[in-house]
Order: sequence, then structure tokens, then C-alpha cells
Amino acid sequence: MLSRRIPQWLQGMLRGAAMAGLAAVLPLSAHAADPKFPTAAVNTTGLAVTDDVVTVGQLHSVTGTMALSETGSVEAERLAITEINKAGGVLGRQIKIVQEDGASDWPTFAEKAKKLLVQDKAAAVFGCWTSASRKAVLPVFEKENGMLYYPTFYEGLEASKNVIYTGQEATQQIIWGLNWANKEKGAKTFFLIGSDYIWPRTSNKIARFHIERYLKDCKVVGEEYYPLGYTEFQSLINKVKLAKPNCIYSIIVGGSNVSWYKQLKAAGITGESLAKKKQILLTISTTEDEVRGIGGENVAGFYACMKYFQSLDNPNNKAFVPAFKAMWGKDSVIGDVSQAAYLGPWLWKATVEKAGSFDIDKIAAASEGVEFKGAPEGYVRIHKNHHLWSKARIGEMKLDGQYNVIAESPDLIEPNPFPKGYQ
Amino acid sequence: MPLILATSFAELKDIFLMQGFAGFSLFAVFLLMALGLAIIFGQMKVINMAHGEFLTVGAYVTVFLSHMVVNHAPKLLPYYFPAAIVCAFVVAFILGYIVEIGLVKYLYNRPLDTLLATWGLSMILQQACRSLFGAREDTATLPEWMMGSWSPSEGLDIPINGMFLLALAIVMVLLVYALMYRSRWGLKVRATMQNRAMAGAVGINTKRVDRVTFALGCGLAGIAGAAFTTIGSVSPSAGSLYIVDTFIVVVFGGAASLLGTVLSAFTIAQSQSILEFFLTGVLAKIFVLVGVIILLMIRPQGLIASKVRR
Repeated sequence: MLSRRIPQWLQGMLRGAAMAGLAAVLPLSAHAADPKFPTAAVNTTGLAVTDDVVTVGQLHSVTGTMALSETGSVEAERLAITEINKAGGVLGRQIKIVQEDGASDWPTFAEKAKKLLVQDKAAAVFGCWTSASRKAVLPVFEKENGMLYYPTFYEGLEASKNVIYTGQEATQQIIWGLNWANKEKGAKTFFLIGSDYIWPRTSNKIARFHIERYLKDCKVVGEEYYPLGYTEFQSLINKVKLAKPNCIYSIIVGGSNVSWYKQLKAAGITGESLAKKKQILLTISTTEDEVRGIGGENVAGFYACMKYFQSLDNPNNKAFVPAFKAMWGKDSVIGDVSQAAYLGPWLWKATVEKAGSFDIDKIAAASEGVEFKGAPEGYVRIHKNHHLWSKARIGEMKLDGQYNVIAESPDLIEPNPFPKGYQ
Repeated sequence: MPLILATSFAELKDIFLMQGFAGFSLFAVFLLMALGLAIIFGQMKVINMAHGEFLTVGAYVTVFLSHMVVNHAPKLLPYYFPAAIVCAFVVAFILGYIVEIGLVKYLYNRPLDTLLATWGLSMILQQACRSLFGAREDTATLPEWMMGSWSPSEGLDIPINGMFLLALAIVMVLLVYALMYRSRWGLKVRATMQNRAMAGAVGINTKRVDRVTFALGCGLAGIAGAAFTTIGSVSPSAGSLYIVDTFIVVVFGGAASLLGTVLSAFTIAQSQSILEFFLTGVLAKIFVLVGVIILLMIRPQGLIASKVRR
């Protein structure tokens, strides 16, 4: 608001004065920018890019109920940025982070997004976790022309010039996993379960359509939703026992997860007991992060379908996991979303270098085809629709809270946020 | 319902039994939650919005102890849980005592101010837990005997943690009943709450009664928190999940009646559990809430009204 009232010429003077002040304080600023990329050329729209510093924003909940999920993303993004800075920064500029707290409150997210874009002139923002927070900031990013790197697997049905989605959209995570359950585990009947909000509902809609339309002789024998944070699942468990599905397909999120799995075990449903009856439990919402809270003994033998597991065996991941632990403590675990958050800064760096510019429009245009060969999940590439080509994998949960990766899609799966017929 | 037709009679019987037990274990959860509030809100008329956070505190005490035991004395793992319940009570009791002295004392007979002040307190406590223990969900390592199910026959699984909760809830209700209605101290409490001036006149230290009663309610919430680590996770905002249900149970039962609280917990738990089985989770919740609203419109004083001349 303030910036609107100050005339343009005065703003320019103020900014100049501020920079002169900064230059006096920072001896580094005395030397000129990378001669190949003068600031005037790489930053034509007034972003916070100086000769040797580029400012980015980080916008997650560090307080409130979502803090438990978003902490991993904050940590992963910080790790990536630290590594990039060590390796020389982006176009010769060190990355400086301005962190804001969305406080698990969607209007706060929108307000802080505006602050990061308008006041801090952040060249990119890494942030958001829930779909609700992303939907809240989307109009801000589109109006102020910012760039958001969004890490969570989500329901799809969105593609914005101003967002890069580094997690999987629903079809990437669901369809291959269902095919696996059908082919490898012989699942014919499915019981769909979810927390009651947009992501599980949309995902189960896609799952139901795929099961009924494309899997031969397969059917959905139940579909149930429970409120977020719900802790009493015994009635649901009895219904599942009655319906005897080959596959319990679970999209329960957050704290409810713990109650759900503890009560499954208490009702005699474990990986072992399911295997005896040729049943499986497949989830797309339970990562290593959640299992730490649930306890491995309650989930051993269940399956999860996502793109990344901490136990993945490849050279990138072998370097990534120790680096993460060195920075955030040896007990830390890395879930799918944390890994996707780690991709954000690296993809942004690669895109900026490809475009030879920090300008948002040029980055948006250059994003298609940008690849990151150092991804802990193996290899990713940005699709024209700003989602990532990525693989899907099945992990079997173990007692120690880690996953055994037992299957992997042969090729990168194309992101398809607007699947035809599935909606 | 072709599904049910395809299932054998024995199996239906098992499901019926397990479903009945599901209602009982939900009843235990509601009862444990509501006991402390039945004292604080029912007897003392303090609208304590921070009640859920005392539950969280009790849960964190349990988690903390379980980590200590796992790391330093794994041999004690099968036995630590009863001790954890006692510790949870003591810590929540002391915290409640401090809160009474520092805050609630000044707000008796100012229900709206109490509501705001305790709501603020609940936010402070939540953030304090977040800063102390971290924002991530945590879980207590349970002794082996509390996990899994008791399976008297093939296909019939009764959760052990559910039975434990039910037993604990019954014991707690009996204890609270004995304390409030069969002990000299309980007499003092009831006298103070009914007529403060007269109670003071006959030599009861009413301020001390207030402090201990409030702390006792908080301590009971701590016990509930410890018990809930067997069915759910612990996070700084865990208590806020329960606070609404807790108030509903207490108000629906008739604020000043212990029997009312028990009956209301039973009614709400069984109807929710049965509805959940035949409808879905979200719909069941809606029907239960609508039912509670209608009943409260017909009977504003709750299921059981205390007969007090005013």
C-alpha cells in the first residue's frame, strides 16, 4: 500500500540510497557483477537482484497445525539453497532467503505472499504445502507476476504460468500404483478411504474412474471420508472387515494417520494378517515423515505409492541423505514432499541459467525441458504444463520406519493435471 | 445391501460385537475427556477453553517418559505406563494450580472474560509445546501388552487399547464420584459452589477449595491425555481436536451432574458409532450434532438437571 502513495521518482531515489548504503556496508559489493551477466541485463523488472545477491522468499507454516508437515520442506529448501550458494550461487549471485510464516492460515499465506513479492521483490518463492494455501496465494502470484515452487503431491486440475509444481499431480501417483496392485497383487476389489477435503476426494474420484473403467473385472466396494484430525476409526475398520476388499486404498492425512494405523493394528489388521488373506493396504499419503509419528511397528507390511523414498538406491540420494542429516540432525527423516521441496531451488537455478535472466516471464518460458540430473529421486524434467516428469515407486513399510522400494515405473510418467474423462 | 447377504451369520455376529465395542471405546474416550471439564465447567462454571491443552500436556508427559524409558531403561517398558498416567496427572495438576492462582482466580463470575482469557492461554500453551517439543507429531512407544487385539475366536478382534481405555474410564468415574459425593472434601467443594458466602461463613477456606478443584479438573485432563497416546498421536494442537466434543458432552449431560456426563457420553458415543457404521463418518457427525441441538432446544438444562433452588 505504501509503495502506491510514494511517487515513482522518489521510490527510485530511495532505492538508490538504500543500495548505496548497502554497498558501503558490504565490502563484497564493491567488485562488479559477473561481467557476462550484468545486473541491468538479467533483471529488467526490478526484482531484488543486485550485483552479487539475489533475494528469494520462503513461505511455509512454521507455527500452527500444518507446521508438523511443512518443517521438512523448509529444511530441504534451506539445504538446497546452502548447497547452491557453496557452489557459486545463481549467475554468480549468492541467494539470500527472506522467510515468512504462513501460520497454517490461508489468508495469512496470501498476505505474506504479497509482502514477499511487492515489498521484498523476491525473485522466486519456495513455499506452500496444502492445496488450500496454494489456492490462496495463486491470485497474488498471477497478479504480481511472481514465481512459486510448490512441493506437495496434489490433486491436479491446475496449471499456472507462475507456479512450478515439483510434487506429483494425482494421475502420476494413482494410476500406475493401482495398475501395480491389480497386476502384481491380483487386487480386484478396492475400498477407498480418505480425509474429507479436496485432495483425497479428487484423488479417489480419479482412482474410482480408473478402477471401474480401465481395470478388468475390478470394482470399488466402498468409499469413505472422515474429517481432518479425526481419531476414531473403529466403525470404519469394521466396515472394511465386512467388505473384505483386496486392496484398502488409503488417503488419510496428518494426525489422523496415527490413529488410523494404531487402530488397524489394534483390530488385528497388520501387513502380515492382510498378506494371509491376499489383501493389501496401499496409501498415497503416508511418507517417512508420518511414519515417524505412527511408529513402524504399526505399519510394517503396508505399501505406499509415491515418487521418492529415503531408502532409494542411487548415487544422488546417497549424497543427499547424509547432507540432509548433517544439516538437520542424524535422526531426521526425509519424506516425498521434502525431496520435492529440495528440487525447487535447483530447478529454479537451472531455469535462470538457461534463460540467462531472472525475469519471471523469461523463466516461465524457459522452464519447459529444464532437467535436474542431481535429483535424489533420480532424474526430473519440467513439462510444458509446469509439472515434472517423474517415476512412481512402491515402497513396503518396514519396522524401522523406512520403506523397501519393491517396484518402480519403467519410464518417467507424463504429468497430466487435466485428465480427460477422469473428472 | 448385497454385501451383507453374502456374509455368513457367524461373521455378522462378530462384526456386530466388534461394532458394539467400538461404541464402548468411543464412550470411554468421551468420558475421560469430559470428566475434568465436568468439574471445572459443571461445578465451578469456568469456561476453560484451555482444557484441551492440559490434555496435550498430559500426553507430552507420557511421550517424554516413554522416550526416557526406551533410551535409558528399556527393561521397564512393560511397566512404565501406569507411572506415566500418575506423572501426567501430577504435572497437569500443578500447571492447573498455577493457572488458577495466576489467571482464573481473577475471573470468577465473569464467564465471557474467562472464555477469552483461557482461549489466549490455550494459544500460549500450544505455541509453548511447539517450541519445546517441536511441531512434528510424536508418539509414545507402548508396552507390547497394550498393542494388538484380544481374539477369543477367529474373526473377532477386540482392541486391547480400547479395553484399557474403558477400564480406566470406569475407574476414574468411580474415583471422582467417591471424591465429590462421598468424601468430606467433596462436600466442601459442593458447598462452596452452591453458596460461597455461606460456605465461607461455616469456616471453609473457599479460595483453597477453588484452587484444588480447578487443579483437579486439569489433572483429570492430563490423565485423559496420557490415555489417548494409546489411540492417537501427540502434537501441540492435539488437545484442540477434543475440546469441542468435550464441551458438547458436558453441556448435553446437564452441566452440574456427574451421572448426566456419563449418560451423555454414552448416548453420543453409541449413536455416533452406530451411525458411522451405516452412514459415513462425516454424515454421522452431522446427525449427532443435529440431534444434540434438537434435544438441547427441548431440554436446555441437559439430560439430567441438578435440583438446586435459585
